[in-house]
Amino acid sequence: MSKKTLIVVGNGMVGHHFLEQLVASPAAAEYDILVFGEEKQLAYDRVHLSEYFAGSTHTDLAMGTSDWYTEQGIQLLLNEPVTGLDRDQRTVTTPKGDYNYDELVLATGSYPFVPPIEGREHPHCFVYRTLEDLDAIRASAQAGKSGVVVGGGLLGLEAANALKSLGLQAHVVEFAPRLMPVQLDTDGGALLRHKIEELGVQVHTEKATTAIVAGEEARLRMNFNDDSHLETDLIVFSAGIRPQDALARSSGLEVGERGGIVVNDQCTTSDPHIHAIGECALWDQRIFGLVAPGYTMARTLASVLNGDQDAAFTGADMSTKLKLLGVDVGSIGDAHGQTPGARNIRFNDEQVGHYRRMVVSEDGKKLLGAILVGDNSHYDTLLQYALNGIALPDNPETLILPESQGGAPALGPDALPETASICSCHNVTKGDICGAIDAGCGDLGSVKSETKASTGCGGCTALLKNVVDSELEKRGVEVSKDLCEHFPYSRQELFHLVKVNGIRTFATLIRQHGRGHGCDICKPAVGSILASCWNEHILATDHVPLQDTNDTFMANMQKNGTYSIVPRIPGGEITPDKLIVLGEVAKQYNLYTKITGGQRVDLFGATLSELPEIWEKLIAAGFETGHAYGKSLRTVKSCVGSTWCRYGVQDSVGMAIRLEDRYKGLRAPHKVKMAVSGCTRECAEAQSKDFGVIATENGWNLYVCGNGGMRPRHADLFATDLSDEELIRTIDRVVMLYVRTADRLQRTSVWMENLEGGLEYLKQVVLEDSLGICAELEEHMDGIVGTYQCEWKTAVEDPEKRKRFREFVNAPAQKDPVQQWTTERDQRRPVLESA
Amino acid sequence: MKARTYWDAVCTVGDLVPESGIAVWTEDGPVAVFYLPHRLPALFAISHTDPFSGANVLARGLTGDLKGQPVVASPLYKQHFNLVTGQCLEDEAVSVKTYPVLLDGDEIRLEVAVNQSETEAA
Repeated sequence: MSKKTLIVVGNGMVGHHFLEQLVASPAAAEYDILVFGEEKQLAYDRVHLSEYFAGSTHTDLAMGTSDWYTEQGIQLLLNEPVTGLDRDQRTVTTPKGDYNYDELVLATGSYPFVPPIEGREHPHCFVYRTLEDLDAIRASAQAGKSGVVVGGGLLGLEAANALKSLGLQAHVVEFAPRLMPVQLDTDGGALLRHKIEELGVQVHTEKATTAIVAGEEARLRMNFNDDSHLETDLIVFSAGIRPQDALARSSGLEVGERGGIVVNDQCTTSDPHIHAIGECALWDQRIFGLVAPGYTMARTLASVLNGDQDAAFTGADMSTKLKLLGVDVGSIGDAHGQTPGARNIRFNDEQVGHYRRMVVSEDGKKLLGAILVGDNSHYDTLLQYALNGIALPDNPETLILPESQGGAPALGPDALPETASICSCHNVTKGDICGAIDAGCGDLGSVKSETKASTGCGGCTALLKNVVDSELEKRGVEVSKDLCEHFPYSRQELFHLVKVNGIRTFATLIRQHGRGHGCDICKPAVGSILASCWNEHILATDHVPLQDTNDTFMANMQKNGTYSIVPRIPGGEITPDKLIVLGEVAKQYNLYTKITGGQRVDLFGATLSELPEIWEKLIAAGFETGHAYGKSLRTVKSCVGSTWCRYGVQDSVGMAIRLEDRYKGLRAPHKVKMAVSGCTRECAEAQSKDFGVIATENGWNLYVCGNGGMRPRHADLFATDLSDEELIRTIDRVVMLYVRTADRLQRTSVWMENLEGGLEYLKQVVLEDSLGICAELEEHMDGIVGTYQCEWKTAVEDPEKRKRFREFVNAPAQKDPVQQWTTERDQRRPVLESA
Repeated sequence: MKARTYWDAVCTVGDLVPESGIAVWTEDGPVAVFYLPHRLPALFAISHTDPFSGANVLARGLTGDLKGQPVVASPLYKQHFNLVTGQCLEDEAVSVKTYPVLLDGDEIRLEVAVNQSETEAA
């Protein structure tokens, strides 16, 4: 029996999701599948499109790989737009030919609406939809200073953020009297505007653009209906979407008055062999411009094609939770209270910038909708009440009041019914999660890969973690935060005990607050805490046995028991004389020499007894220890900056050296890396560091909690246009808060992701001093900076400490017999026979 | 047949580091000596060679106790070795050699086999 042919037009997120569902079902065997994509690239994640500017590549955003299509036997034809549809012959036409189908799926999505403004064809006018659009915007921004987004909706604000990240002065022009008119009310919109303006984005509401003409000071001038104007170097239109229904129109399928391919509950159009899903489909006179409903349609259609009589799309929840320019915004259900008899409960704290509104049913029993601005911590709870129809408590206002005013704690995961939807993108319920755990998933990661929960828009991450933790605990899986068997405390609690009680030794701490004698987990952790608090030499008698071998010998142990040495080269700046000393020392001790990723030089192969001799020479030449062995500041990488570079706007090297000299030696829960770039070209790759500084014309932008390595994370923009002094004070505070509150071996990226309230909370504590601890954090940091010593200098000058560096205490001349060497590419390297 | 042994004076009390280890050279090769003052007896001696890497590094590991047993963690790949028995806690097929050790006045002595051929120690 020959197979039928199924053609999918459109390779976006929804089209891809449909294919994933279909190939996993029995119906896959009945069809040869062809997919046409207009764009050059495979389906990618448009929800996270802005991350493309923040450095994500197409590969990061891709939904699948071309190998996946091959493996599934799907023929993927990219860069081949479908231009014609003949329903009688059942063929589609592309520039390359005609193709027959038995079933046709239209997943053509939408296109950005550009209002018919005179001058909109100007080459520096763009839309914000595809990776190609983004490439064009980036190119235009290179030589520009300012950019305007037309449209203050969700996507428009995303686009404004993108312009800002490209270093432009960003403006938002909105026709309505407030931002996000669909999701927010007047108060919410006003607060969002205030917050966004504080971040340096200028908002212009109630402006209709009448014409775009050549500018005088910038490339373009926008004239508005109130006779005002605004000059800008580029314009991005984000004034809403329109369903891409051209094929349907030209072939006589039924379409809506204002566009959209009309579909029934089975996602089938007026032609029984043609189906439509996603943003191109009009269901019950509605277009769904979010990814979750599109996914639901995709799943429905896959079931329909498998002969499921009951499969039906019955509408979708349009609630959204997002961070726009770092500001939390949430909108749930009937946010505007249009249900007859609906009542409102509002909480508005202009002081801290939190606005919350609940829309409840006439009898006060059900939550119909909600609006949140400034703090989304109540979102998950409110959404669960709204989606699952959970009866509200007697005083429903407690759900949105701060705890200090009698607010109720969040709805715990235990209170959710099994049917509660946790991840709406992939339609995962609490019951599915429990099922996955019962089937053997023992942690968050495996639950995610098993159920796909939280792999769509990611909005449910925190809720998913709570549900998984709670279910694991119920099943007796211990989720313990004890450091180890010797201390029933977390690192943060131990830090507090040490600091508050003035404890200065491990022995005292374990006697008073622990049990036993310690181990290789708690000893270095406590050693680090003691160093962070009191900053005594790590080789002081009480502290020596606490240190990992690298800290004990202030060098990095390599596989054959020898060590590598990394002297500090602040900001990567080094004189030729010092460079020569490194070369001479390396030559004398026959050290393998390699340049590190942090703009330093690593010298490998020193024996224990050689270390103090080598350091004597390095110290004499003016070098200091580089702490490459410590959980402490490593390097502050820099580009060459305004001193030499024709693009640089600030002295990045000077700032890097200043930062490196300030924070060197500080012991932290894990290593800390920093970088300073002299302009937005970002040659120092600062956004992949724990602390990244990027020069602006007015000062410095600070990014925090980035990471490279195994689990890369882009740093978040924390504060803008800081002066030198402001920059240092801000870093002081964040570093010290990290030192005090992070878990053992927790990098800043994970620390922040686990901070309740995340970036927003961190900003409140550090920038607004919401806990009133900033003065104390600064004082603590000043104390550490004031007591800095080069550990190696102190060690080589102290005969007692030098005794530690004897390879064999009773045989100074004895060489370690397993340290054998060979030569490779003109340098020495170890040969190590396995034992 | 028990090999002939003797008590080799390897170092003095002043060489020891409390709660930590040092390495000495013996006719039997490199040996790690640990001094845990909170225990009785307080001295432990095991091979200095880490069986997982072949490198001579065990004296440079962190000491402590796990479920009551005195242990050292290899500084390279972090496996734990019982200081009394030499048993590896992570892999029961692996253990390191242990040596009887005693304090003789100011001197630390290890019981090591007398080497038949002097060249072997070189």
